Amino acid sequence: METCFDFSKCEKDFKVYVYPVQERVSESYSKILVSIQDSKYYTKNPEEACIFILSIDTLDRDVLSQNFAKDIQSKIDRLSLWNNGKNHLIFNLYSGTWPDYSPNLDFDIGEAMLAKSSISVHKFRPGFDISFPLIGKDHPHKGGERGHLYISMNNIPPLRYYLLAFKGKRYLTGIGSETRNSLYHIHNGEEIVLLTTCRHGKSWQKKARELNDTRCDVDNKEYDRYDYRKLLTNATFCLVPRGRRLGSFRFLESLQAGCIPFLLSNGWELPFSEVIDWTKVAVWGDERLLFQVPSIVRSLSHPEILVLRQQTQFLWEAYFSSMDKIVLTTLEILRDRVNRHFARNSVIWNTFPGGLSILPGYTAFHHTYPFFYQQDGTKPTNKFTAVIYATSPVLLSSAPLFRLIRTIAKSTNVHKILVVWHCDVAPPPAYQWPADLGVPILVKTKIIKSVNARFYLYSELEMDAVFNFDEDTLVTTDEIDFAFSVWQEFPDRIVGFAARSHFWDESKNMWSYTSKYTNEYSMILTGASVYHKYYHYLYTNSIFNSAIQVVEQTQNCEDILMNFLVSHVTKLPPIKVTHRKIYRESMQVSINRTTGMADAVKFRERQTCMSTFVNLFGHMPLIRSKARMDPLLFKDPVSNLRKKYRQIEVI
Amino acid sequence: MLKLKLRYTICIACLLLVSIIILLLPYLNSNEGKQEERRTLHAWQQTEGQQTIDLLAMRVNSTKRDTRCTYHTCFDVFNCGYNDRKTITVYIYPPTQYTDADGSSLTTPISQEFQEILETIADSPFYTDDPTRACLYVPAFDTLNQNTVRQDEIGQLYALLPWWNSGTNHLIFNMLPGSMPDYSTVLEVNTGKAVLAGGGFSTWSYRRTFDVSIPVYNPLLDYSVIRQKSYLEKRKWLLISAQTGLHKEYTDVMWEVARKETKFLIVDRCKEGSQRSISKRCGNDKQYNYPQILQDSTFCMVVRGARIGQTAFSDALMAGCIPVVVADGYVLPFSEVIDWKRAAVIIREDNLHTVMDVLKSFTMERIYDMRRQVLFLWENYFSSMRAITMTTLHILNDRVFPYSGRKYEDWNVIPNKLSVRNPLFLPLIPPSSQGFTAVILTYDRLESLFKVILQVAHVPSLAKVVVVWNNQVKQPPPMTAWPNIGKPLKVIKTHQNKLSNRFFPYHEIDTECILALDDDIVMLTSDELEFGYEVWREFPDRLVGFPSRVHLWDNSTTKWRYESEWTNAISMVLTGAAFYHKYFSYLYTYSMPGSLKQWVDDHVNCEDIAMNFLVANITGKSPMKVTPRKKFKCPECTNTEMLSADMGHMVERSECINYFTSKYHTMPLKSVEFRADPVLYKDDFPSVLKKYKNIGSL
Repeated sequence: METCFDFSKCEKDFKVYVYPVQERVSESYSKILVSIQDSKYYTKNPEEACIFILSIDTLDRDVLSQNFAKDIQSKIDRLSLWNNGKNHLIFNLYSGTWPDYSPNLDFDIGEAMLAKSSISVHKFRPGFDISFPLIGKDHPHKGGERGHLYISMNNIPPLRYYLLAFKGKRYLTGIGSETRNSLYHIHNGEEIVLLTTCRHGKSWQKKARELNDTRCDVDNKEYDRYDYRKLLTNATFCLVPRGRRLGSFRFLESLQAGCIPFLLSNGWELPFSEVIDWTKVAVWGDERLLFQVPSIVRSLSHPEILVLRQQTQFLWEAYFSSMDKIVLTTLEILRDRVNRHFARNSVIWNTFPGGLSILPGYTAFHHTYPFFYQQDGTKPTNKFTAVIYATSPVLLSSAPLFRLIRTIAKSTNVHKILVVWHCDVAPPPAYQWPADLGVPILVKTKIIKSVNARFYLYSELEMDAVFNFDEDTLVTTDEIDFAFSVWQEFPDRIVGFAARSHFWDESKNMWSYTSKYTNEYSMILTGASVYHKYYHYLYTNSIFNSAIQVVEQTQNCEDILMNFLVSHVTKLPPIKVTHRKIYRESMQVSINRTTGMADAVKFRERQTCMSTFVNLFGHMPLIRSKARMDPLLFKDPVSNLRKKYRQIEVI
Repeated sequence: MLKLKLRYTICIACLLLVSIIILLLPYLNSNEGKQEERRTLHAWQQTEGQQTIDLLAMRVNSTKRDTRCTYHTCFDVFNCGYNDRKTITVYIYPPTQYTDADGSSLTTPISQEFQEILETIADSPFYTDDPTRACLYVPAFDTLNQNTVRQDEIGQLYALLPWWNSGTNHLIFNMLPGSMPDYSTVLEVNTGKAVLAGGGFSTWSYRRTFDVSIPVYNPLLDYSVIRQKSYLEKRKWLLISAQTGLHKEYTDVMWEVARKETKFLIVDRCKEGSQRSISKRCGNDKQYNYPQILQDSTFCMVVRGARIGQTAFSDALMAGCIPVVVADGYVLPFSEVIDWKRAAVIIREDNLHTVMDVLKSFTMERIYDMRRQVLFLWENYFSSMRAITMTTLHILNDRVFPYSGRKYEDWNVIPNKLSVRNPLFLPLIPPSSQGFTAVILTYDRLESLFKVILQVAHVPSLAKVVVVWNNQVKQPPPMTAWPNIGKPLKVIKTHQNKLSNRFFPYHEIDTECILALDDDIVMLTSDELEFGYEVWREFPDRLVGFPSRVHLWDNSTTKWRYESEWTNAISMVLTGAAFYHKYFSYLYTYSMPGSLKQWVDDHVNCEDIAMNFLVANITGKSPMKVTPRKKFKCPECTNTEMLSADMGHMVERSECINYFTSKYHTMPLKSVEFRADPVLYKDDFPSVLKKYKNIGSL
């Protein structure tokens, strides 16, 4: 990396340039390019780029392949920015061809880095190349399928019907054929099912005869009895032997199926090995010790299997389930190299929610994120910072804003109150603000241009928790304190009072938003909610730049987007705590900002936001909950004096 | 620099001399018995001796180092699986000193450090004295310092080793590779396919998955002069450079930086003759003790010297000083298993001038964390030749047995009682189609049991009822006598009337979710149970129950107290009716610490508290109380536990908590102030629209 990479190009910012596309590229390569262009690292200006991506399709360099692009060398030679490949990243899925399947590309890559599948430990240049997963052309661009465990069982005993399974081709002869050819030795048709077929290529029968391979017919018969997909989801371990090349599609397919990969592919550098700790997911066998495979598989304990399987699902969904994720992982690895002092450590990459949700610009230090408290044996800070979003001029000392400030200040858990002043009129002078509250009040007036400002990561947010309020929130100190106490048990979620739901609108064939009271909810209005301050960073620097722009334009939907983001990361619903039915002054008396008409407009906007966000995220991340958290003695027929949060019931 | 080199060599030579004398001492004045003892201790030393050999005449061909080796291409695994313990076996050749025909020594006398390596191996569980059953072979030629090695001759001597086989599965240790003037980053001896445990590999010379990068141990330094310091202690300097003999290119840049910075101290070897000791450094017009001065700095420079691997790295670790490595391409020691991102800063040589800016961006919190990590790594993997050797062997062992090897956490995480590793870490919401299995423990209260079964049968998500028949005297009634509930019902007869039978992971339970139910709990409504199950689905790694309890610290007795009053906090739920994941039954049965299972069975009490401890301890989470329900029995009766007759019961329960806490060495229970109710519970809202209408009373 030090010798063939120009770090000076990356000093300002980590930007990725893609050469203008001039010729037809394969579907897979086109997805890669689009994913890069959609990412926040993309730049159109080669001057500010740190990494360069060719628009020439280099994915398939097997001359026998349909997608093989010709004259690649001369095309590359013509590139004016090529600079002998410096800071270029070349993607490749297949190299070489029959009979030797050379790992080298058929053109001069110069000093370029390779993001290559099936790369071997020997050829791989650590810290420079990237081992890339082998993916099919049907791999989804966005969203991606969920892991099988989400719809099946995570139980003990963790064994599925088959202990070990494999179904695939065997090659009779040539490179990589030995391992698969000998699999039948450990196949027992019961808990170990290893099926091979020689029925591929045009003249397989002739070839089998020539080689005196008498097993083909027996194998084929057995082979036809089983379904590949069913094997994957019904086996505890899936054998992933090398084929002609070291990697195979089945590796990712087993991951998704929650089938623990058992690797028999000596010297294969596993995908994203620079950051992914595969010892937590896969079991390594040795091609030379084929007969040890059954005993190794049986030696793993049930708790070990349970953990391995959950890890397959985490990795699949975090880094592999869509092209977007694969490409982003590639870019984030590069970014960690460039931005070395804030690189994510192995804990971050290998623990839920994973490296793509942990943006290192925040701290890169895992204690400071909301996901590791239990694991680290630490706790979030025991106070919160209040953020009030104010949009109306304050005329009287009895203004809702001032009342809210007094209520918040009574809390024993508040550290500071920050007023985000988004209003044409200047905020009242210092002497008019409530005084002697014992809590510092700060007013932010600069750089406040949109409602997004309520989610900025201000340096004054020193506490882990942020309690965000609309200026006209009607809330009691007890409600605030209770919500904060609940948040401490769920520091990775949004905890708040007013809940909303999403639902699938059959008539319109789209996701819709509802504010009706129902038995379930999937969103918490952030106008009165407490959550971890990291989400401010994630919101502002989120990968979904265009979503932020939607909020900017409408001055609406910021709460929906925040709920999308948090659920997208945690895969969990937010948490609603008990509160009065009316939580805003504007619901009692219609104050200037929202009249009935405007409300209707806002509501329609929110519907549009929903579908826009679903498209951007590639899926619907919201998840429903049926539970509301109440104080322990809530509405119980005991003396109110025994209750800690009394005000909650007084109203 | 040359002078230093010379000094270093002389010092080493002196040291070697001393160590040889020490080594030979027992032989000079020992009797037979002592020799016997020694032999039984170290079989590999039995044939220690001197040999004269004429390499020239023998025309031995040494085997050139194979730079393409990887684990799978050069390492022979067939000899490595001889035992079931999943440990490799290591054989040590008998140490022999070879002399040339003309009497000059071919091998280097064994240094104290190399002696320690050999003894560590011999004392380790990896050692074997049978070369035919060995996985790894260690030649007893000291090659730690290339400068003292006759390179060509050692290569030839290797080739003469009886099991050499081009070096396959041989392990060779080296700390100081290369020599003047260009200092190779790898031992310049023909080692063929041997695995090299080397200090100072660069990415170019290091054969990944094959070699082991080890630290350069500093034998001249007395580590005992360092006094232990808390990782929280303030340090005077932010950065110190205390290496000697650095190249001018680097020192110039550092001086340039230091001129603008007050927190950057540069010291070097002292100029005055008498103080040119290795334990002194001078700079800033002052004299400092080395390595003590490193303890006064947060970060320590480790810049590439003549060699890429520097003892300064180890010195820094020892002093709890976070190393700032400026040596492009250096393969950090044990980087195969150690996550250096958590304990070191790496700066590209081109960026040396930015070092202070980089370091200033580290928060104190992060510095404390890294410093703790540095001390942890030092203590476990670097502090002695023994530690270094064992780490090397463990790395090699894990390559052969990767599936049972140490994981990232085992290597890199400081054991912490407060931290938990939740075995159900994936945020799954189990599909509701699974339903739950009601597991009812019963003895002989048939009437109430049948009532309970009939009631639970109304819960829509019930998948199966499993009755655990704990009565050893009476047989359960025939299947025809049981209520017909339209769902599977299984009766399991136990072999012994034990409380723990209720928490056994019976294979008849094929849902993730278990509802543990007492045979006399008839109060719970169908809506309550169904809602309880829904809450469990959202929190599948918690105990979800109805009546709750809390533990309190009693200042007067300085003990924990069990509290059944209706309080504003809970830390336990009763398992008379509670939902939980089947995995916790597995853990309760097979891996509850402190033989608590037996204890509970013996005392016939507190199995529910034990379960609450178990879950809280392994997940770090509180249980979840659902609905206002506070009692299992009739609403007219007062809480049975509060009856004065049951005061003894309360005392016993408190004792359980204190006993469990002592067995866990910590109090795992967590208190929270909330319970889960249906979203519209007690809301002023038409009841027909509420999904869970019938949420019972207290």
